[in-house]
Amino acid sequence: MKELVVISGKGGTGKTSVLAAMASMATNAVVVDCDVDAANLHVLLNPQIQRRFDFYGGKIATIVKNRCTSCGICRDLCRFDAITPDYQVDAIACEGCGVCVWNCPENAIEFKEHKNGEWYISQTRFGDMVHAKLGIAEENSGKLVTMVRNEAQKLAQKYERDLLLVDGPPGIGCPVIAAITGADAVLIVVEPTRSAMHDMERVIQLARHFHIPVSIVINKYDLQMDLTTKIRALCQREKLDVVGEIPYDLDLVRAQMNGKTIVEYTDGNLRTCFVELWNTVQRHVLNRLIVKSSDHRRECV
Amino acid sequence: MTITIASGKGGTGKTTIATNLAVALATEKVQFLDCDVEAPNSHIFLRPAISKTEPVQILVPQVDDQKCTLCGRCAEVCEYHAIGLFGKRVLVFPDLCHACGGCSIACPENAITEVPHDVGLLQTGQSNGIHFFAGQLNIGEAKATPVINAVKRHIRSNWLNIIDAPPGTSCPVVETVRHSDYVLLVTEPTPFGLHDLELAVAVMRKVEVPCGVVLNRADIGDEGVENFCHEKNIDILLRIPHRRDIAEAYATGRLLIEMLPDYRAIFRQLYSDIEGQL
Repeated sequence: MKELVVISGKGGTGKTSVLAAMASMATNAVVVDCDVDAANLHVLLNPQIQRRFDFYGGKIATIVKNRCTSCGICRDLCRFDAITPDYQVDAIACEGCGVCVWNCPENAIEFKEHKNGEWYISQTRFGDMVHAKLGIAEENSGKLVTMVRNEAQKLAQKYERDLLLVDGPPGIGCPVIAAITGADAVLIVVEPTRSAMHDMERVIQLARHFHIPVSIVINKYDLQMDLTTKIRALCQREKLDVVGEIPYDLDLVRAQMNGKTIVEYTDGNLRTCFVELWNTVQRHVLNRLIVKSSDHRRECV
Repeated sequence: MTITIASGKGGTGKTTIATNLAVALATEKVQFLDCDVEAPNSHIFLRPAISKTEPVQILVPQVDDQKCTLCGRCAEVCEYHAIGLFGKRVLVFPDLCHACGGCSIACPENAITEVPHDVGLLQTGQSNGIHFFAGQLNIGEAKATPVINAVKRHIRSNWLNIIDAPPGTSCPVVETVRHSDYVLLVTEPTPFGLHDLELAVAVMRKVEVPCGVVLNRADIGDEGVENFCHEKNIDILLRIPHRRDIAEAYATGRLLIEMLPDYRAIFRQLYSDIEGQL
């Protein structure tokens, strides 16, 4: 089984549209949405939830009023300013470290598992999907991402699927690290804007930090040709494959409004671009991984 | 006053709104704070002269092997598995550490001291009279919040502070918007934009910060966002039409008000409207 994660650094470059298009063409994949705090893949894939699970990512402290003597130790020790002057825990500021709990001389602070969100196993018209929803203003999105990926891997093994297609979050922080560590390859969606290029360079460094092979797709490539030329040059210099170039086309928005992937929505040129992208991803990214992993096995023997 | 520009969905135009608003108001005392520390982009548009770059650090435990008796108490109290007993050594994983200080308090031998660990950079500069601060998370570091807080420490209450927030709805966003006087949520009229706006509004209600909406590329999609804002009684303070030349100018790092000078007055009006709401 191989795992391909779509990321971008900058948000809004087209990760979800690209991932959904690939999902509609893949024949034996499990689709995974790891953008747990602003998930959008369900808008295009309309998953029917089969099983629903609670996610407990951490604990939260609560002060029991009648045992508290207002001694102030917890307030002094808390580094997150999570204890108010009238000795209540600010649930939003609390990081669940437990320092107040262990150090309260009156044992007046309870420490309970806290539900951070939910995750789901669903059916879509293209097969199985694992996704999640972080609770409003909750923490531990990285842990939830890890859980979603682990569960998707188990599901794929059970049904002998050969590919995990993962929609990643924007940025380079904990949810992104949780989405890509141990994956076989990442596909970075970039657009020819200086912002997206700046963020792409940071996310390339992140993928390299974790030794994950990178390929690039340029979305809206004809928006600003000078910058597209620069992206191509950068990829050549860094020995990264550009596996697809998608023109600037509002059909992507129209497909979204119809709840369809672009491959289902149009028969036009844009569809051809995505079909070619998927063929190239299979040929140049996924098939090469087989060679790589069998080489690796030989080395191990 | 502190106005934060946030969004839910990425790529809707947060940085465009934040930078243009700051430049349009640059005749006042304005500070710009880039809290999108994972993917900071405001410098591309504001082109600040950076006068200072300093590391952002958190305190992580360091174990004195001479004093350590391998009792394992530190590992017991750490909720993040950032310190653990492995055979005859205690190992620290700074990436997982939240710098709560719990292990050093718990150690009965006083074998743990806390030492600084770099997690990011803070840049300070000037851009046409605007005081500029930007955070940058180091590659491979997981937690953005210490860097966000390092940027936010520069908020000055008697100045106008404009904060560029990260996308999403989880801890980095919550940390950025807390204690703001007003949040502008930038979105686009698409199903993705609507879905993430709903989440972002729920976050703002939870942290109890008043918010309004800027609708970018206002004519590309459907009525969903307009209807939602109407139902929830949220004002749409500005609508920016979709234009290819605006997108191209953005691509090359040009400000909207450089290309279309009429927008200077529009952004000043946006600020007056926010003041009127408070």
